[in-house]
Amino acid sequence: MSSNQTQLDMPLGADAHRMRALSRNHRLDQVFKGTTFVFAMLVLATLFAILASLAVAGYSTFATFGLDFFTLNRWAANQDVYGALPAIYGTLVSSAIAIVIAAPVSIGIAVFLTEKCPARLRQPLATTVELLAGVPSIIYGMWGVMVLAPFLQTWFPTILPAGTGLFTAGLILAIMIIPFITSVTRDVLMTVPRETRESAYGVGCTTWEVTRYILLPSVKGGVVGAIILGLGRALGETMAVTFVIGNNLFFAPTLFGQGTSISALIANQFPEADGAQRSALLALGLVLFIITLLVLTAARLMLRQMDRKHD
Amino acid sequence: MTSQALPVADGGLYRRRRWANSVFNFACVGATLFGVVWLALIVFELIVRGVPGLDLGVFTTRTQMTGGGLGNAIVGSLLMTAAGTVLGTIVGIAAGTWLAEYGRNGRLANTVRFISDILLSAPSIIVGLFIYAIMVRPMGHFSGWAGGVALAIILLPVVVRTTEDQLGLVPQNLREAASALGAHRWLIVTKVCYSGARAGIVTGVLLGCARISGETAPLIFTALNSNQWTSNMNEVMANLPMTIYQNMTINSFIPDLVQLAWTGGLLLTATILVLNIIARFVAR
Repeated sequence: MSSNQTQLDMPLGADAHRMRALSRNHRLDQVFKGTTFVFAMLVLATLFAILASLAVAGYSTFATFGLDFFTLNRWAANQDVYGALPAIYGTLVSSAIAIVIAAPVSIGIAVFLTEKCPARLRQPLATTVELLAGVPSIIYGMWGVMVLAPFLQTWFPTILPAGTGLFTAGLILAIMIIPFITSVTRDVLMTVPRETRESAYGVGCTTWEVTRYILLPSVKGGVVGAIILGLGRALGETMAVTFVIGNNLFFAPTLFGQGTSISALIANQFPEADGAQRSALLALGLVLFIITLLVLTAARLMLRQMDRKHD
Repeated sequence: MTSQALPVADGGLYRRRRWANSVFNFACVGATLFGVVWLALIVFELIVRGVPGLDLGVFTTRTQMTGGGLGNAIVGSLLMTAAGTVLGTIVGIAAGTWLAEYGRNGRLANTVRFISDILLSAPSIIVGLFIYAIMVRPMGHFSGWAGGVALAIILLPVVVRTTEDQLGLVPQNLREAASALGAHRWLIVTKVCYSGARAGIVTGVLLGCARISGETAPLIFTALNSNQWTSNMNEVMANLPMTIYQNMTINSFIPDLVQLAWTGGLLLTATILVLNIIARFVAR
């Protein structure tokens, strides 16, 4: 802006001092906008930086093993054989077990909290469930291995002879993701207009009928999104699983037996690994990240679709 | 609902509907009990096994193979959590501000929002591996800073989300009023919007802080752990979650260290639950 231009733009009654204040503020505006923009782009860059860095760090493994990385049935560092199959299987199966347990329970809690719960109990119960989400995963792990696993071993010695294994990991994961699924499900249930449910109750529907025929169908996408979000959490959960999954590095198609998961394998072996093994673990990290990315993207898209429908 | 209330109801169908409803209600109550009972069980176990080991020495001495205390781990955890919180909060508030005040519903803003939400649920172990690849390996050694940065990345999306949500709740009228008085945009955001959103943002930061103070997985690849007192963020750093982890796994044959892990678990969980509860009070 030339000085001549400035003269013309100068508001009536403005002196040089005010003009300086104006232009200083204008500069500050741009600095503020620019800074916040850079930080926002930093968030964007983080995701791509994670993908790129893991791909680079794990490249030599993919180059050596190719597709065998996904099909070899054992992870044997001493023979330099790195097959991700046992870990991928363990991750998927333990998470699936977690979802099978957690989904109905979470929907039940959410319906109870929004439909049936006495007003005085509602807040304390909701808070308790949310506090469960605050307990760190390592605490679930040590509790799982010291309390839950011996308990299961004592009461179900035929199915769970060791107490640990994929099922135990799934159970712990279920406990951990119940709060997440519950809180999102509760939010989407509350988006159902009061009139809708009141009129259903008004024509004589029972709570079950209102839930089954009115509430769930109208927020179907949101509930499924909530469950997939929980699945995303379960897939990447590390410490709790590491303690109770059994750390069997050979592939076995089992539901109750011992196995391993991607995150447990990385956490267990990384500190002592070097060279090819470390690269293989980083490659495994990339596999986990891509799986969770796909799952989380699906969940967010479904939840977003819900939002749009209600706008 | 009693049968007198609905005289027209056909006996069989009506009884079946009532029965289905009772089963459903019962299942809901059961699910709620199932969901809530774990917190009680875990807290109970932590108290029963953790309290006996609780004494002043836990806070004043360092961890040794023969037992000792958790002093060094607590100091290390506090330092790294503080570093992570400060870093994550600054970046998070700035990014959230851009989303709410400038980006709004543009394509770029929606992409950032989407990716931030993905990062919110991304596995923390991946963040640890990422920092290992970009910080630890180039620097050649594990460090407290690496741990702090990893924790900051985990906190970041939490702060972005709450900042944006809270700024969105500030009425548009307030911005317009300030603008009409001649305030510039940066002044409106910092003086008007932030003061309206402060309580909510503080809540978000506290919740995020609670979350990162219990994170273990990212620290395996970044800060590692040590038995020594250190406040130098440039070297391997002791921390509570890793100490609990190692005492429960590779050192689990030493009863004193297992006892220390339970006590540490109790302290960690108590801190996090208290932070969670404080955050709820701030929000109110």
